Amino acid sequence: MSKLSQDYLYHLDGVQQTYNGRTVLNVEDLQIRSGEILGLVGPSGAGKSTLLRLLAFLELPTAGVLSFAGKPCNESWPDRSRRRQVTMVFQNPHLLRRSVSDNVTFGLNLRRRENGREEVERMLVGLGLEDLADAPARTLSGGEAQRVALARALVLQPDVLLLDEPTANLDPYNIKLIEEIVRRTNHESGTTVVVVTHNVFQARRLADRVGLLLSGGLIEVAETETFFTNPQRSETDAFVRGDMIY
Amino acid sequence: MISAIGEAIRLILSGDPALWEIVQLTLLVSGLALLFAALIGIPSGAWLGLRQFRGARWLNSVIYTGMGFPPVVVGLVVFMLLSRQGILGDLGWLFTPQAMILAQTILALPLVMGVTMTAVHAVHPDLRLQLRSLGATEGQVMRTVLSEARYGVIVGLVAGFGAAISEVGAVMLVGGNIEGKTRVMTTAIVLDTRQGHFEMALALGVILLVLAFMANLVAVRLQQE
Repeated sequence: MSKLSQDYLYHLDGVQQTYNGRTVLNVEDLQIRSGEILGLVGPSGAGKSTLLRLLAFLELPTAGVLSFAGKPCNESWPDRSRRRQVTMVFQNPHLLRRSVSDNVTFGLNLRRRENGREEVERMLVGLGLEDLADAPARTLSGGEAQRVALARALVLQPDVLLLDEPTANLDPYNIKLIEEIVRRTNHESGTTVVVVTHNVFQARRLADRVGLLLSGGLIEVAETETFFTNPQRSETDAFVRGDMIY
Repeated sequence: MISAIGEAIRLILSGDPALWEIVQLTLLVSGLALLFAALIGIPSGAWLGLRQFRGARWLNSVIYTGMGFPPVVVGLVVFMLLSRQGILGDLGWLFTPQAMILAQTILALPLVMGVTMTAVHAVHPDLRLQLRSLGATEGQVMRTVLSEARYGVIVGLVAGFGAAISEVGAVMLVGGNIEGKTRVMTTAIVLDTRQGHFEMALALGVILLVLAFMANLVAVRLQQE
């Protein structure tokens, strides 16, 4: 189970992010439960990736309060051990010019974790990468590369896994494989997952709750079934029905 | 001409002491110049490639200008600095290998720094975010980005070595081309050609070409990686 015990792992209160005077994110209130899978959907430029970077402590918010595990961290980042409980996988896998195995081991080496060898091997098998362990990462296909990126994050056994479009441009086989491993990690380890996706069907398949972002604002967050069958906001209704042109 | 070529080959193969003494000094001077250029140029180039700051564009222009700096002007400046009236005159380095190392370091430095900066800058900026999100400290981020840019850095080192070893004007000015003391391959070729010792000039030229070719071969192989 998760090492963090708070019911709400994150709490965002009036959080804003502004770049060059332009506000790209304005979240009045968002709570992310420990151990849930939260799906974030919305068109390009809605602020989904910005929100993910704030949750990953890669940026500090311009305004508002972002609390993690009950502690506000809007003015300074939490200490390194806390930050290391959160790991993000980007849409671009950003693999290093090393072998698959060395890529997966990378985060463990940063932590000087000695007993990671077995975890790496288990992870490679779990993601169908065992035959590619010694292959240079740059020779992989898009789906394989994204699975390596996911393995590199999961081997760290994070409390929070942030996924930014993890299956964009992938084939159905890789999408299914990645969704399965995300779901299994969440069930078995209690890992909190926040997944940003363009694919509303994926959000429906994976998430316990789904949130819609539009033009930097969080329009609605609801339990997945409610979000898709009985949305409270007309924008959500239009988005899930595919009527929203953007 | 043909007899000069034959004699040049004989000089190389016979291990002529005068020839190999010049080659040895050349490698020592250019090797140390490259070492100093690398010690300064790689960290500063990596830092410049990673940081955004006011005046960065201006500084980049200065470095790129330095990459094409006329060697003889570098030699003139180093000569003035090391001459008795110069601010470094007390060192007594003029017409010594130290002066040549200094001049070649100045010539190689912008190449090593500039190519390192470009190579680091070419690494996707989101990689740094990815590394931080995997728990890397700022030092670990910098080391990993530099490692990702390693082929570019090696190309910069090869270019710096090529610029240093093939340079003639600056080392002639500050070294003085003194036999057994500051005579390197390029300055020896100039002198031997003027004196009609074509076999020695050709032998040195062949060795210089082989060294330059080997250095560039490494760079090309790495670029293909």
